[in-house]
Amino acid sequence: MRIFASLKIAGRALRRNKMRSLLTMLGIIIGVGAVIGSVSLTTGATKQVEDQVASLGENVVTVFSGNFTSGAMRGGWGSAPTLTVEDAKAIAQLPHVLAVSPEVRDREQILANGLNWNTQVMGESPDYPQIVNRTITSGSMFSDQDVRSLAKSAIVGKTVVDQLFPGENPLGETLRIRNIPFQIVGVLTPKGFNLFGQDQDDIVIVPYTSHMHRITTRTFLNDILVEASSDKDIVQAQNEITDLLTTRHRSKEPDFTVRNQADLMQRVSESSRTMGFLLAGVAAVSLIVGGIGIMNIMLVSVTERTREIGIRMAVGARGADILVQFLIEAVTLSAIGGSIGIASGMTFSWLIASLKDWPTVTPSLWIVIAFISSTIVGIISGFYPAWKASKLDPIDALRYE
Amino acid sequence: MQTNPVIKLAEIHKVYHTGEVDVHAVRGITLEIFPGEFVALMGASGSGKSTLMNMIGALDRPTGGNYLLDGIDVSTLDRDALADVRNEKIGFVFQGFNLLSRTSALENVEMPMLYHRHRIHSREQRERAMHALELVGLGSRADHHPNQLSGGQQQRVAIARALVNQPSLLLADEPTGNLDSQTSIEIMGVFQKLNDQGITIVMVTHELDIARYTRRNVILRDGVIVSDTAVASRLNAEMELQQLRAAQQAVKLAS
Repeated sequence: MRIFASLKIAGRALRRNKMRSLLTMLGIIIGVGAVIGSVSLTTGATKQVEDQVASLGENVVTVFSGNFTSGAMRGGWGSAPTLTVEDAKAIAQLPHVLAVSPEVRDREQILANGLNWNTQVMGESPDYPQIVNRTITSGSMFSDQDVRSLAKSAIVGKTVVDQLFPGENPLGETLRIRNIPFQIVGVLTPKGFNLFGQDQDDIVIVPYTSHMHRITTRTFLNDILVEASSDKDIVQAQNEITDLLTTRHRSKEPDFTVRNQADLMQRVSESSRTMGFLLAGVAAVSLIVGGIGIMNIMLVSVTERTREIGIRMAVGARGADILVQFLIEAVTLSAIGGSIGIASGMTFSWLIASLKDWPTVTPSLWIVIAFISSTIVGIISGFYPAWKASKLDPIDALRYE
Repeated sequence: MQTNPVIKLAEIHKVYHTGEVDVHAVRGITLEIFPGEFVALMGASGSGKSTLMNMIGALDRPTGGNYLLDGIDVSTLDRDALADVRNEKIGFVFQGFNLLSRTSALENVEMPMLYHRHRIHSREQRERAMHALELVGLGSRADHHPNQLSGGQQQRVAIARALVNQPSLLLADEPTGNLDSQTSIEIMGVFQKLNDQGITIVMVTHELDIARYTRRNVILRDGVIVSDTAVASRLNAEMELQQLRAAQQAVKLAS
């Protein structure tokens, strides 16, 4: 096939009708541009949500105690006292578990510096910051020794600092929880609100032993935070924990629940997949519209250039040469249109990103998809006009006025 | 002549099936044209000369009879093979020039080479197109577009295009039909020069004085040949032109 020659002819023909070529491409440009733009914006938003989920600790498995049932009243998860510190210690020994923090939670009215504040007081192990991906800005986390000695040490979040020690350095200061003095040994790096709108800096963290024996006197945990050795081991860790606790608790019905962040992650990616399907639908419609535009113009072009086709056939062009020439014209139109669309979509999303401070990401897969599908649209919409041109009779075509 | 004919038509028929009536445009034409001949096909409209021309030019197939072009039986070839025959064996010159508009003279002349069975390097295309343009005296107008050229110049570009693939036959369909008499003579001069170099030319015309520049006149009527004669007093385009110019000069001096 004389592809190279056909390419040259097609290029010349398109350059001859610059305005018309541009207008023909416009359908594809707008369609592809809109899709790439919105994909960039939604992908950016999805990625931000995913990052937030990941920042909760990607490899975290949470073990909740079972629900408490009293007569007809059923409590929520964590209401039944089934998880113990021994359970947590046993979980820590499992092969796919990296770190464990037995968790007890309570809301307390705390006093310091002549001010008071109601906040969440959490009992944790020293591994807590590592498990939930948090860091300490100033000071340091309490140690295993502090856990063993029921130390009166506390880590505070930024919101608590702002409320009780406005404009002051809280390190070394004393905080009273149920009138028991705790010394502030560290301040958490601020993290802001989580996905559910909770202020993650409005907390006080103390050793779980101190919480269980000094603040509240109880023997059961609300839940156990577990970090799996890697994100691939989450399911395995989950199974190990389930098996372990089932044997330890010797209960017919499982009196605990094991959940992981991957579940949440999955839900997020599910919603982004739905968004993707929606966008693909919009893309398909706009590409079809663009394709119809190309087919229309190509049909006009074939009629307009009937005589040219006749001349080419008279000097020896085969039907296939004519077919390829017009097909290449259509594909060139759609491919260039697609490329311009991709570029303008990316520019648009970049503009939005810089003006509105929204995160945008243009996935390279979508660029490839957009380019390939606009090319395919060119082939499909160009085929009928090109086929019609190739079937012309040279004598009739030469006589055409 | 001992050589094989370029064109060998044997009992050629062409019937068009249009609607209810069959039109018998060509009714049994037998004709041989040898290398180096310059033939005028003549006849009134409806005589079948255009139909015959289309068949000779491998644009159309006869419905009966045999046609050997340069030894190839064209009457049995399919569309693609006919296209290849047109590309390699035949050069066309049309009444309406049929150049591609908004395309330079050089590119117009290069066009047939784009469709050659073997790929011709673009540099060779350029050289051959340039050579063909020089042959018709338009070497200096290679980058002009058809709308920047006079009718006679456009027809010269068309002749250059017809020659560029070195065909065994040059077919001209009313080549002077759209030209004034002086330009017509110029074009006939180009044809005579090419014919002197050994190129076989078949030309359709209805103008008797134009036919007198050829070597052989074949006259058709109602789809059959009624006369096939050698031209007795052949006109020389160059001499005619000189006379014409002298006459014009005389008119100018007189006024």
